[in-house]
Amino acid sequence: MIPLTWYLVVAAGLFCIGLYGALARRNAVGVLMGIELMLNAVNINMVAFWRYGAVAQMTGQLFAIFVITVAAAEAAVGLALIIAIYRQRRTVNVEEIDSMKG
Amino acid sequence: MPTGLFNLVVLLPLLPLLAFVLIVLWTHNNKKLSAGLAIGGIGLSWLISWVIVFSSFGIEELAKAPFNIARQWLLAGTNWQAFGFTLDPLAAVMLFMVPFVCLLIFIYSVGYMGVGKKSGEHDPRGVPSEPGHVDPLSSRFFAYIALFASAMIGLVLSDNFLLLFIFWEIMGLCSYLLIGFWFARKYEDPKQITPKQAGLKAFLTTRIGDTIMLAGIVLLYTQTSTLSFAEVFQPQALEKLATTTTSLPIFGAVPWATLISILIFWGAIGKSAQFPLHTWLPDAMEGPTPVSALIHAATMVSAGVYLIIRAYPLMQAIPHGPALQFIAFIGAFTALFAATIALAQNDIKKVLAYSTISQLGYMFAALGIGAYVAATFHLLMHAFFKALLFLGSGSVIHGMEHGHHEAEHGHGDASRETRGHGELAASSFNPQDMRNMGGLFRRMPGTAWTFIIGGLALSGFPIITAGFWSKDEILAEAFINRHWIVFAALATAALLTAFYTARQVTLVFFGKPRTSAAQHASEHDSIFKWMVPPLGVLAFFAIAAGWVGIPTEFPFLGRFSTNPFHHFVGKLAEALEIEAPKLPFNLTPVALSVIVAVGGLLLGWLVYRKYAAAGAVPVGAVEEVSPLERPDPLQRPLGRVWVLWQGKYYFDELYDKVFVQGTLRLSRWLFNVDDGWIIDPFVDWVGRFWRRVSEASRWADTHIVDAVVDGVGSVTQWSGNAVRTIQTGRVQNYLLVALVTVSVLLGVFLLLPK
Amino acid sequence: MLQAVFIVLSLVTLGSAAMVVTSRSLFRSALWLILAFFGIAGIFILLHAEFLAVVQVLIYIGAISTLIIFAIMLSRNAMDVKGQRFNEQWGVVAGFSILLFVILLALLTRVQWHVTAEPVPPDAIARLGGAFVGPYVVPFEVASVLLVVAMIGAIIIARERE
Repeated sequence: MIPLTWYLVVAAGLFCIGLYGALARRNAVGVLMGIELMLNAVNINMVAFWRYGAVAQMTGQLFAIFVITVAAAEAAVGLALIIAIYRQRRTVNVEEIDSMKG
Repeated sequence: MPTGLFNLVVLLPLLPLLAFVLIVLWTHNNKKLSAGLAIGGIGLSWLISWVIVFSSFGIEELAKAPFNIARQWLLAGTNWQAFGFTLDPLAAVMLFMVPFVCLLIFIYSVGYMGVGKKSGEHDPRGVPSEPGHVDPLSSRFFAYIALFASAMIGLVLSDNFLLLFIFWEIMGLCSYLLIGFWFARKYEDPKQITPKQAGLKAFLTTRIGDTIMLAGIVLLYTQTSTLSFAEVFQPQALEKLATTTTSLPIFGAVPWATLISILIFWGAIGKSAQFPLHTWLPDAMEGPTPVSALIHAATMVSAGVYLIIRAYPLMQAIPHGPALQFIAFIGAFTALFAATIALAQNDIKKVLAYSTISQLGYMFAALGIGAYVAATFHLLMHAFFKALLFLGSGSVIHGMEHGHHEAEHGHGDASRETRGHGELAASSFNPQDMRNMGGLFRRMPGTAWTFIIGGLALSGFPIITAGFWSKDEILAEAFINRHWIVFAALATAALLTAFYTARQVTLVFFGKPRTSAAQHASEHDSIFKWMVPPLGVLAFFAIAAGWVGIPTEFPFLGRFSTNPFHHFVGKLAEALEIEAPKLPFNLTPVALSVIVAVGGLLLGWLVYRKYAAAGAVPVGAVEEVSPLERPDPLQRPLGRVWVLWQGKYYFDELYDKVFVQGTLRLSRWLFNVDDGWIIDPFVDWVGRFWRRVSEASRWADTHIVDAVVDGVGSVTQWSGNAVRTIQTGRVQNYLLVALVTVSVLLGVFLLLPK
Repeated sequence: MLQAVFIVLSLVTLGSAAMVVTSRSLFRSALWLILAFFGIAGIFILLHAEFLAVVQVLIYIGAISTLIIFAIMLSRNAMDVKGQRFNEQWGVVAGFSILLFVILLALLTRVQWHVTAEPVPPDAIARLGGAFVGPYVVPFEVASVLLVVAMIGAIIIARERE
């Protein structure tokens, strides 16, 4: 039996890596990939808790499926945005998209 | 009591007042209409007043229960003071005289002002017009005398000290305005008083009296809380005033009645030109002659006497007390004093002015010794014949002016000065100087006859003149009550009165004319048809009016008389509990007064007969001497005394030195204190000081307040700029902040002890 | 035995993830991402969530990763091997990420997890289906709407403007 903690640790690690990617990458698509990693880390968490908790209800998996659904939608829209921005500004460098700069 | 009729009493002062208002506001450009309005107003007043007065004669109870119409007018503290009009026997007899004399004088003024004559375009305003021209300001004249008449009638009817005072002051104002009527008139001789100065002098001198009187009225109010005559003259109120005392610095404990009476009497001293406030009346002769007649003979100056008669219960609150003695003293002294001065005057009006002062003194002396009814009687008689004399003198003056004009222009002598005698009159020819007159009897008969009748009345010529009856009664009272000093003074004054009257008549009318002006004087101008009839009417009254006061015990004539005057007014005295007993008849004072009157007249005529008869050239003289340089027959015998009398005992000069110059010096000193030495420098310093304060404040404002305000602004701006750096516009930065926060928080929670 | 598998899988996953975020070439990052997804799918299988593993592969690897690669292709010119990988705050981010990991680690190891370890029911998938149309039907429907909206939205956003 693999202890729950191990899964959680992995998930935490994945999350932090994804976090680093989201916050430190220049390319917008890179940021998106970091986000996907974070969402996956969450999924691992949820399934791990499902497996080691209330197995009878499928809530954990169910939620993970929803997360995947939303992640898909979000990835679609996000990439569409990136493409649109690329067309407008000829850049996918998130650092250059700062028109809200005060 | 026909109260319905008596209610019309309210109209009596209002009608002339209405005339005044109308003239001032609307009709002043139309001289004839203005004169008409004034005469209409006073005429109506006269008619109504005579109807009221004659119906009041029959009412026995008028004295005890006089008619009163009043309104609660003035709220003083918690009491309401009622103001209104009262008709009692005293008011009734005054109302008989006042509107009537006013009406006659108004009619006379139409002629005197030349209303109806053409107006001279070059006649300057405020200066008497040339003969033959109407006075440019005559509407104003009628307005003023209408206002005056309204005030006098109101005064006579007042039932209240304060209302009386109000009318008193209005009359004072009118007197000022009318004396100074010819305000632009100037004289070459700087010592001669101009009408403007005379008006001011009159006003200021009477003001002194008025202020003292006001003090008396105020004190009366503090003691009795009322100013209504009816309430003040209640026996209990008088008793209280007579017994309670107040302490004064020199005099010690003085009863209130005495103090108040004397203070109020000072108002009468001022108004009636008694010594020492007599100096204004002779100079008031600068006003037009109708003014002199109306105000300074018949009515305003007699208001002082009226006041004392009206307030007699108060004066007599302490019988034979110091107040009455004071009044008697002043009256008798002034009577003699003024008579001596009148003797030595050369101006026809000035003689009459001093005569008025003297006669008023008579009345006050009478009041002082308790001759209540006699004083009232003399007041009324004097009004008639004094008005007559003044109007007559006005007629004489106009006749002289016309004669002068005739003499100048009639001879076609263009080299003589042809200026209107408005401006520099006195230096060239004075139509008022009696030394320039003479022989006017034949040339101005109407004036002459009436003037002589008036003069006889003034002297107290027996039986046929009113003056005799009234004067005689006063002398009788003095004699019978053994007031010897007063009697002696009054008798001497009567002698002098007769003497100077004869002097005046002789110099003016008898003998031969002393100048060409007098030679050409006449009554033929149209103005005389306005001026002579009133003289006639007044002359009639000067003769006949006295007959209502013939004592019943008088030999022969007394049988026909019921002495209605004494009866009527005596009832009032009774009602007011004034001691005015009907005296037993004594032949001695009567005989004395006859001797004094007739003797004085004879003496005067004798002394001046030769002088008058000499005409223009004195007997035995080689060349023509100006009449002004010929000595008066009395001059040499009396010597220094004559000079003293002619100089009016030099009171004017004394007053000027002491009061006028003193005040001027004081005011100059105060001016220096204010402007130069103390107050102005101080004020300027204060100004400068505050200026400096405000400059410091401005510095503070600029450097401190503004700095703070601007500082706040710049601090905000700087901090805003500083904070702005967090807004990078980059999401990743924002997320980093979130990450940091979350980690720190988690760390903290982790490390916190549970 | 299983633990060894788990360790391998987790290393793969974590390693791929690390490569995702640090790779110079974006395309390589995408490929590493796919590998990471596979690793995660493996972990799902270990957790007896087979259906989910398949879904993971299908959706994430099949759709999302493809989408990502498309996007990379479409924005190729802008970002090539030569460009910088990280922005200026990478150090701070790294630090705090490590910090966060440490904290989470500390947290996770201290908590006594309530573990039941029941066997997975045999009809898990049926239950899952039943849950979708049963108690969670509303989120299910909403999710479908969401997908439609996202689709439409993506089309509109990424459309060529005339």
